[in-house]
Amino acid sequence: MTTRLFGEPVQRREDPRLLTGQGRYLDDLGRDALAAAFVRSPHAHARIRDIDVGPALDVEGLVAVYTWEDLPERVGRPLPLLIPHPALTHGRTAYPLARDVVRHVGEPVVMVVAADRYAAEDACALIEVDYEPLKPVVGLEESVQGAQLVHEDVPGNVGAHLVQEVAGADGRGAREAIETAPHTLAFRLDIERSASMPLEGRGVYARWDGRDLRVYSSTQTSTSVRMAVAAALELPLPQVEVIAPDVGGGFGVKIVHPWPEEVLVPWAAMTLGREIKWTEDRREHFVSSAHERGQVQYVRAGFDDDGRVLGLDVTILHDHGAYTPYGIIVPIVTSTQLLGPYRIGAYRVEFSAVYTNTVQVTPYRGAGRPQGVFCMERTMDKIAGYLGKDRTEVRAANFIGPDEFPYDQGMTFQDGRPLIYDSGNYPEMLRMVKELIGWDSFERRPGRGIGIGCYVEGTGVGPYEGGHVQVTSDGRVHVSTGLTSQGQGHETAFAQIAATELGVPIERVSVVTGDTRRFGYAVGTFASRAAVVSGNAIALACRKVRAKALRIAAGALEADPSDLEITDGMVHVVGAPSASIPLSTVAVLANPLRYAFDDEAAKATQFSGTSSPDRPPVAEGEEPGLEGRDYYSPIRSTFASGMHAAIVETDPDTAEITVVRYAVVHDCGRLVNPMIVEGQIHGGVAQGIGGALYERMVYDVHGQLVNASFMDFLMPYATEVPRVETAHLETPSPLNPLGIKGAGEAGVIPVSAVIASAIEDAEGFPIDRMPISPSELFDLRSRMR
Amino acid sequence: MEHEITLVVNGTARRVTVPARRLLSDCLRHDLGLTGTHVGCEHGVCGCCTVLLDGRPVRSCLTFAVSVDGAELTTVEGLSSGGRLSPVQRAFAECHGLQCGFCTPGFLCTVTALLEENPAPTEEEVLEGISGNLCRCTGYQNIVKAVHRAAELLAEEA
Repeated sequence: MTTRLFGEPVQRREDPRLLTGQGRYLDDLGRDALAAAFVRSPHAHARIRDIDVGPALDVEGLVAVYTWEDLPERVGRPLPLLIPHPALTHGRTAYPLARDVVRHVGEPVVMVVAADRYAAEDACALIEVDYEPLKPVVGLEESVQGAQLVHEDVPGNVGAHLVQEVAGADGRGAREAIETAPHTLAFRLDIERSASMPLEGRGVYARWDGRDLRVYSSTQTSTSVRMAVAAALELPLPQVEVIAPDVGGGFGVKIVHPWPEEVLVPWAAMTLGREIKWTEDRREHFVSSAHERGQVQYVRAGFDDDGRVLGLDVTILHDHGAYTPYGIIVPIVTSTQLLGPYRIGAYRVEFSAVYTNTVQVTPYRGAGRPQGVFCMERTMDKIAGYLGKDRTEVRAANFIGPDEFPYDQGMTFQDGRPLIYDSGNYPEMLRMVKELIGWDSFERRPGRGIGIGCYVEGTGVGPYEGGHVQVTSDGRVHVSTGLTSQGQGHETAFAQIAATELGVPIERVSVVTGDTRRFGYAVGTFASRAAVVSGNAIALACRKVRAKALRIAAGALEADPSDLEITDGMVHVVGAPSASIPLSTVAVLANPLRYAFDDEAAKATQFSGTSSPDRPPVAEGEEPGLEGRDYYSPIRSTFASGMHAAIVETDPDTAEITVVRYAVVHDCGRLVNPMIVEGQIHGGVAQGIGGALYERMVYDVHGQLVNASFMDFLMPYATEVPRVETAHLETPSPLNPLGIKGAGEAGVIPVSAVIASAIEDAEGFPIDRMPISPSELFDLRSRMR
Repeated sequence: MEHEITLVVNGTARRVTVPARRLLSDCLRHDLGLTGTHVGCEHGVCGCCTVLLDGRPVRSCLTFAVSVDGAELTTVEGLSSGGRLSPVQRAFAECHGLQCGFCTPGFLCTVTALLEENPAPTEEEVLEGISGNLCRCTGYQNIVKAVHRAAELLAEEA
C-alpha cells in the first residue's frame, strides 16, 4: 500500500526551507523591532550598592532602561520553581532582574531597549553598577563545607537532600548487604560540567497590539511559556499566544521557562507599545542560560563470585549552580536511571543538591543519565577487574531477563510514577553489540583498548500530549500538536503517522508544532517524549477522523462502514475500488453549508440533495467538519535501552586519545523513521564524545567562567567524531498503541562510560574522572606507573 | 559615520548605507533581509555565518560590511537556481545531513566552495574541508556522506 509510511526512511519535509535559507528562526523575525540587551553581573557573588544609568541616557537610539526597581510587583517576583519536590526544602529561583544580590557571573541586572542591538550594547557599556563583591562559592567541595553561603537563608548550601532505598529480596538494606557480601569495592567518581550549547541561542520577540500579546520564543515549550507569561503579566490566557518558530537546537536548555527575558521582553513590549526582540549572543548563552552534568559520586558495592551485585550504596553531590528553577529532576534521574538494565540486590542512593555561585543547572540531553550510567558501568568494570572476569560476563550476570518484564525497580521515577520497565531484551542486545564491535576477537595491546556501556532510558514521560487532525475540502490533512521541534524532524515523523493512519499520500499532510494558536494544550519537548506522546496522540486523533470519514462515506456509498477502507485518499468498498468517494468530498459532506464558495462546496449546500430532510444537517453527537482531536496520556514512562562499545587508541608519547571505532545497538521500540532515529543517535554520540574528551566548564576561584567562548569550550568538529556503526533491536512498548519508545537522548547517555572503559583497558589503570584530556591522561600515567 | 556601499549579492547589486562597524552578517540579515545566513558565535569559530566572497568562503561575522564594498557575495539564498536545489542542497536532504538546520547554510556555502576547488575529495579531504564548521545535531556522519553524494551529483550533471 502506498500510504503505509510508518517505519520508512522518508526524506524530511522540513528540509527544503532549511536548505534554502527560508527557515524562520527567532532572530529572522521582527526586522523592525526594537532591540533589547542586558547589563549582566561581572561578579560571581556581590551586593548591588547602586546603579547609575545616567551616562547611558545620551546614547542615540536609546528607548528605555529598566532595573528591578522599575518592574511592577507581579513582574518583579522571583521566577517560578517549575517542579517542586518535597525533598527540595530550600528551592531558590532568580528575580528577572537582580534584586540587591547577584549570585553568578552573567545574572541580568539592567535591561536596555534601543533602536538596534548596537545602540543597546552601547548603552549597556555606559551603565555603572556599583558592586560590593562577596566571597563566591565555587566547586562542590567548597559548597558542602558551607563556610560561605550562596543564599543567606540556605544553611550549608543544601537545596535538597534525598535518600532512596530499595531492599533486597531478603528484606535487607544495601549497607547490610554490602557488609556481608563476599567482595566489596569502594571508590569515588567525578563528572564535570558541560552544557547543551545549541548553535542558536535563546531569543524572544514580542508584539502587543493593545489587546493581544504575541510572543515568539526559541523554546522547547510554547504552551508553558504562554501560561507563565500570562500569569506574570496578569493577562487573560486567551489574549496571549506563544509560537516557537524554527528552533536551532535545544538539547534541554530551552525547556527551562520562563527565562527572565521571556517575561521582560513581553512586559517591555506592552509598556512601550513597541515590538521588541532580544537575541542571545554566545557569551550570554555561556554565562546566563544553564549547564549540567557536574557531580561527585561515592560508591560502595558488594558482590558475589560471579560478579552479581548484592548491594550498591551511592552518595551523590550534585552541583545545582545558583538556582533551582527546574527542581531536582537531574539528580532524581541520575539516582533512578543509575540502575540501568540490571537487577541489583539492594540499592541505596542519597544525593545532596548544593548551590554554588555558578550558572544554574537544568537538564541537558541525557538529563542526569550520563552520570548515573557512568557510575553503574564503572562499577561493573571494576567488579570484572577485581574478579578477573570479562566485563560483558559480569554485566550479563546482572541483567534483567527478557521474561521478567514488566520489571519493577521499586523506585519512584521523575514523573512521580513507579520505575517499572515496560519491555526490553538485554542479553540479545549484548550479543549484538559484541558482534558489531568484534568483542571476542579484539586484540588488546598497550595503547589500544575496548570498552562497553549499557543503559536504560525512561522515555515518553507524561502527563500528556494532544493532536488535532483536520481534513479540509481540498483533501489536505492538517495536523497540529502543541509540543515544539528543534530539529527532530517532527513534521516528517508525525506526517508519516498521519498518512499511515488515514490512508492518504504524505504530500497532502502538513504538520504544525509549538504554536499555541493551533494547539493550546501541551507539555513540551524533552525526555525523548515527542514521538511517544504526541505521536500516539496524533494516531488516536487520526483514528477518530478515520471513523468519522467512514461513517459519512458509508452513507454516501450506501455501504457499511466496516466494509470501507481508505487508500491514497479515496474511501472505497473493500474489494470494489470503483465504489469510492474521495476524502476531500467526505470533508465537504462533513460540513453542511448554506453558502458555496466553489463547485466542490456546492455539494454540501441545502438544495444539493446530499442531506436527508428527516434529520438535522449535523446529526446528534456529531460536529461539523472532518476533524478530530485526541490526547495520549501514558500510565507511566516507556523504557528504551542501548549498549555502546568503542575501540580507543592512546598515543604512547602525547597521550592523545583517538576513538577508532564506535558501535551502537539501540532499542527504542518501533521505529517511525529509521533515518531520523539514526541521525538522533549520531548526534547524541557526538555530544557524548564532546563530554568525554573535550567539553568542560572551567570556573576559576573567583567564579569566572574562563572558557566562555567556542575558542576555549571545545565542541567536536567533524575531525573529532568517529563514524558510528549502528544496529537496531525493536522491542515494542506494550504501553502505547504505536509501540514506540523515543530516541532523542539515547546517543549521548553511555558515551563517557564507554570511553572511560576503553581508555582504562588501553592504559591498565582506573579512569574515574570525565572528561579526560590528553594532558590529564599524561599526568595520570606519570602517577599510576 | 555612515557609508554607502554596494554589494553584489546572489547576482543582484544592492546599495546600502551602513555604519563602519556594521558586521557583514548583520548587514545581510538585517539591512538586506537575507536571514538565511545565521550567526552562531560572533567570534568566527562555528562557521554558521559562512558566505562566499568572490567565490571563497568567509566568516561574515568577522567581516565589516564596508570592507567588502563592491564585492560579489553568495549566500545560502543564492545556491539554488530557478527553484531547483543545487546538487549540494539535494545531497544534504537525501543523506539527512541536517537536523535543526541552523548550521546548514554555513555548511552548504563551505561545501559548495570545497567541491568547486576539489570535485572528488577523499574522505580525509572532506573532513578537513568541513572542519571549520560546527554542527551540534548530526554528529557530522551524514554531512560527510552528503559531501560525497554532492560530488557524485555534480559529476553526473557536469
